Amino acid sequence: MNTHSVRRGLHLIINFWNKHKWSYFFIAPSMILFFIFIAYPVAQAFLLAFQKVDLRGSTWVGLKNFQDLANSQLFWESLRHTFVYAVCVVIAWIISSLVVAALIQPLSNKIQSLYRGAFYLPNVTSIVIIALVWIWIFEPDYGFFNFLLTLIGLPKVLWLQNPDIALWSIVLSTILIIPGSGVVLYSAAMGAIPREYYEASDVEGANALQKLIHITFPLLKPTTLYLTVIYTIAGFQIFERVYIMTGGGPINSTMTIVQLIFQTAFSDFNYGRASAQALILFAIIAAFSFVQFKFLSTDVEY
Amino acid sequence: MSYLLKIFTYIILTIVAVISLFPLYWLFNTALTPASSTVKLPPDLIPVNATFDNFDAILKASGVTKIPIPGSDAVWRVPRLYVWFLNTAFITLLSTAIHVLFDSMAGYAFAKRKFPGANVLFAMILAALMIPGQVTLVPLYLLITQWKLVNTFAGVILPGLADVIGIFLLKQYIQTLPSELEEAARIDGASEWTIFTKIILPLATPGLAVTAIFSFQRYWNAFLWPLIVLQNPDLFTLQVGLSFIHTSEFGTNYGLLMAGAALAAIPMIIFFFAFQKYFMQGLRIGALKG
Repeated sequence: MNTHSVRRGLHLIINFWNKHKWSYFFIAPSMILFFIFIAYPVAQAFLLAFQKVDLRGSTWVGLKNFQDLANSQLFWESLRHTFVYAVCVVIAWIISSLVVAALIQPLSNKIQSLYRGAFYLPNVTSIVIIALVWIWIFEPDYGFFNFLLTLIGLPKVLWLQNPDIALWSIVLSTILIIPGSGVVLYSAAMGAIPREYYEASDVEGANALQKLIHITFPLLKPTTLYLTVIYTIAGFQIFERVYIMTGGGPINSTMTIVQLIFQTAFSDFNYGRASAQALILFAIIAAFSFVQFKFLSTDVEY
Repeated sequence: MSYLLKIFTYIILTIVAVISLFPLYWLFNTALTPASSTVKLPPDLIPVNATFDNFDAILKASGVTKIPIPGSDAVWRVPRLYVWFLNTAFITLLSTAIHVLFDSMAGYAFAKRKFPGANVLFAMILAALMIPGQVTLVPLYLLITQWKLVNTFAGVILPGLADVIGIFLLKQYIQTLPSELEEAARIDGASEWTIFTKIILPLATPGLAVTAIFSFQRYWNAFLWPLIVLQNPDLFTLQVGLSFIHTSEFGTNYGLLMAGAALAAIPMIIFFFAFQKYFMQGLRIGALKG
């Protein structure tokens, strides 16, 4: 290599630097944080899942963590509970936010935004706080729900203490608060549907129900897809509610995946197994999102 | 008929709204009800003899933080609840400020600047959006342990700063801004930093507000990560502190618990009413990615 090509190479580097240094300066803080606190830990989670980790260090154990999980009744139960919770919550939230959005649609703008605010408000409060209130509402002796039951002459229910009921109580506590995001997004999507569509169907003599089924619902499909995906992801990640309300009990009847990950990692200190559980959760969420996109986005074009 | 339909609509909506808001109402109702009336049937549906006794009780139940006064042997005894409040405010405000700065810088670069590697890096950010936080939980805890940051605010704040949603949101927003002003300033010889702070940031204010608001909500309500990192009660955040009291001997004193929960909820509720417009706007920007 002669001095001429060295100088040319140097010149190219300096040019490149002068041209792009500001771009790299702008992304540097975020990208450094991204690599240290997201990319590297994700890569490490994949490694940990195949290791046994304890105070002395870590040893490679192949698929043992996954085999242990496959043989663990508690793990399968936690999957089932999480699945039941997520399915119930997604269906209830989609329907309730769609109905509420449809009901506020014909009202004046001012009243619409008043209702939207009212439905969104409980959603900004932390789940820890909401869960504490629900423990109080579910309290066996002086709780509000059992007060209502005795009022209409029914026996008291052990909402969170009965293993056959506790999971359903947690589902109930979730779905009784309408998701503000669904109301806001459905409401925006409905407002964006051109009036001409409805006027055209009036000409053809369609009734309100036909309009809803043939015009409104198909045009809301992208919103439904988006909400279904984010609610499914949120549903599978349920933790705070369970941690505060039942801690996974009684007798593991409300154990969910994230609660189990938490216990495996921070009570049992079995980091390898906890990482394997987290990867399975990741795979389930990815698979669900993929299927929902496939299933709901087929005829989104209009 | 349509008049009847309208009344029917209002009735249904109001019933649904009342149910949805009931837990929040019950929280404040119980917090303001005297402790003796909390354990009676039928319960008071409104705080008949409203009192702040429960708030005094939670201040006592939360314990005391002893802060040494420099230059003397005396200590300053502060109810822990106040300390938790300040801890939460500190973590939330600092994290939010850093987020808005870093995310807007990166969002601007990805939206308006062409540089080698931009597509690859942005694709990585999009991919990271789909990874649930639980995947990095154990590796991050091991990292924080290795760096000796367990039981420190740095341990709580640092990992959270790597959040890709803000970058994504601001990239989406800044992309919609016109480029003419930026080009004109560059021709006039303005530095790139000046262009960013004097032209891009002012135009991007609504996007910055949305990022700040979601960040504020996320940090104020954060639970799992602070729960893992913080073990010293003097360093707790409000959410961790509430869960701590819930598992303590005061855990079944619901008047007291609800008073603590109310104190933790109020800042977020005020925040929501002050910036309601941006909450709604942010949802829509977020949903556009679909």
